[in-house]
Amino acid sequence: MMTRLLSLVAALFVMVAAVPPAQAQEPLQLTLRDGVIEALPFALPTFQAEVAGSEQMAADISRVVAEDLTGTGLFRQIPSSAFISTPAGFGAPVAFADWRAINAQALVTGAVAVNGDQVTVKFRLYDVFSGAEMGEGLQFAGTTQGWRRMAHKVADVVYSRITGEAGYFDSRVVFIAETGPKDDRAKRVAIMDYDGANVQFLTDTSAIVLAPRFSPDGQRILYTSFGSGFPRINVLNVDNPSGQQQLQTAPGEMAFSPRFSRDGRQVIYSLANGGNTDIYRSDLTTGQFTRLTNTPAIETAPSFSPDGSRIVFESDRSGTQQLYIMDANGGEPQRISFGSGRYGTPVWSPRGDLIAFTKQEAGRFHIGVMRTDGSEERLLTSSFLDEGPTWAPNGRVIMFARETQGADGTSSLFSVDITGRNLRRVTTPQGGSDPSWGPLQP
Amino acid sequence: MTHLFKAASLIALLGVTACTNADRFDDQNAALGDGNPAVGNGIDQTSLGGANDPTSPAFFSQTIGDRVLFEVDQSTLTAAGQDTLRGQAGWLQTNSDYLAVIEGHADEQGTREYNLALGARRANAVREFLIANGVSANRIRTVSYGKERPLAVCSDESCYAQNRRAVTIISIGASS
Repeated sequence: MMTRLLSLVAALFVMVAAVPPAQAQEPLQLTLRDGVIEALPFALPTFQAEVAGSEQMAADISRVVAEDLTGTGLFRQIPSSAFISTPAGFGAPVAFADWRAINAQALVTGAVAVNGDQVTVKFRLYDVFSGAEMGEGLQFAGTTQGWRRMAHKVADVVYSRITGEAGYFDSRVVFIAETGPKDDRAKRVAIMDYDGANVQFLTDTSAIVLAPRFSPDGQRILYTSFGSGFPRINVLNVDNPSGQQQLQTAPGEMAFSPRFSRDGRQVIYSLANGGNTDIYRSDLTTGQFTRLTNTPAIETAPSFSPDGSRIVFESDRSGTQQLYIMDANGGEPQRISFGSGRYGTPVWSPRGDLIAFTKQEAGRFHIGVMRTDGSEERLLTSSFLDEGPTWAPNGRVIMFARETQGADGTSSLFSVDITGRNLRRVTTPQGGSDPSWGPLQP
Repeated sequence: MTHLFKAASLIALLGVTACTNADRFDDQNAALGDGNPAVGNGIDQTSLGGANDPTSPAFFSQTIGDRVLFEVDQSTLTAAGQDTLRGQAGWLQTNSDYLAVIEGHADEQGTREYNLALGARRANAVREFLIANGVSANRIRTVSYGKERPLAVCSDESCYAQNRRAVTIISIGASS
């Protein structure tokens, strides 16, 4: 029975990865043929309040853990009204028969204790059909202020134990918060939890700011600012956003579209000089720069491979925007996109196997993925204007911006699974664009 | 007479929508764009008063025309655009106290980065043309706004055509 749960999930991911199923069982082959994946049902009774006064926190943490799991589209929460029994207490023997009877395949139990501004969360995960615990129970302790992070950490462990994949819930996204009409839009660099909670602004509305990008350690942010009157790249520290500094670049009228190298010491970016945009690299400490492309075409949107050895970027050297890969030190690139339409904003996945991109075709915009050799292109979304994909740290989910049509058009953040399933809006207090997903937090 | 006609049609075109801060004469334009029968009078009484003074910024932006438009995904100057820019070059040579910043813009049909680069191409095409027509290079800077500052906000070609533009913003500066 243990194998049933595991193989179900393994099959989910086999399908996700589009690899021939190694050990899928009959119902799952059916699922594959029908193109429908059934979410795995789990029960998560509200975590027990271990000390008086912890009830609200226990309820809040339980809710966020469940929302993280159901938000993946891979899990379905069984409503508590269906429960036959509730756990007698955290660590008490589990009445597996009661959970089997309502077809819960996984059971998460937990307990929360609030003491002053400190909160402790304990949880255990059970495979209901085998009647066994999956992994050991864990405990997280922190401040009440950081309670959502503890919920995300619980959900990350549950997700990881059931799927065998790393989680992505305890992560943050830096993006552009947008307000105001289309022809006078105010933009600010903002940071939030992956689910849209805890939005903080890192810049004010005095200048247009664009496309913030996290450093690999999540501590610094690169972004493009019109603060000087001309587009320049700034770098700021998340913990001290007012101390931003301008990146030293090669001479030119505009620097934009930056990204950090893997070690966080160098930046690749686009520079326009005499109206011509090429890709450059600057060293953050020495200010030394290197030109990586040299054509009269537009070369922009560079993104490193996870190992830092190569760069994917877009160029219109063929006449339209297409995707190319070159060595990290420049040199002759190889074109990888050959479908119809225009391809831009390529981003290398953290796993290294896929490139996410924006595609424009016949007046529609799409977010898509392809392998690094350009094969197996799949479009995941379609709308009036989708653009700017960014990868979840585990490479399973993509966030992007969707702008609606017309004079009242606004931009919002969306996420989608790399299978194209589970498209959902990321709720933010204002409009949002240009997301950049940071690493899983330590 | 041709100048007057050009100014009136340019203003009518601009008056279709609200303008950004790149337009120095928003109110007049908005009022004139209403199809008001007193358009001619309005020109005489308000904006064209300034625009008839050949040394005024109003003359530059309205009578000569401060902007040129581009085809989809193009940075090549049209014949009409070249006419406008010859006028701009002549004015800048006569009024040598002025510096120019050329703003390149794109419509919303494109990714953010590409549109920034496209706006830079457009602004530079204008800069090169002005230099070729006698304006000294050190008086002209360029900036691209990509798709960040549309002039017209609808999502069809009538607005896109106005947004694919390069606007020459003049200001008094040290003459060279």
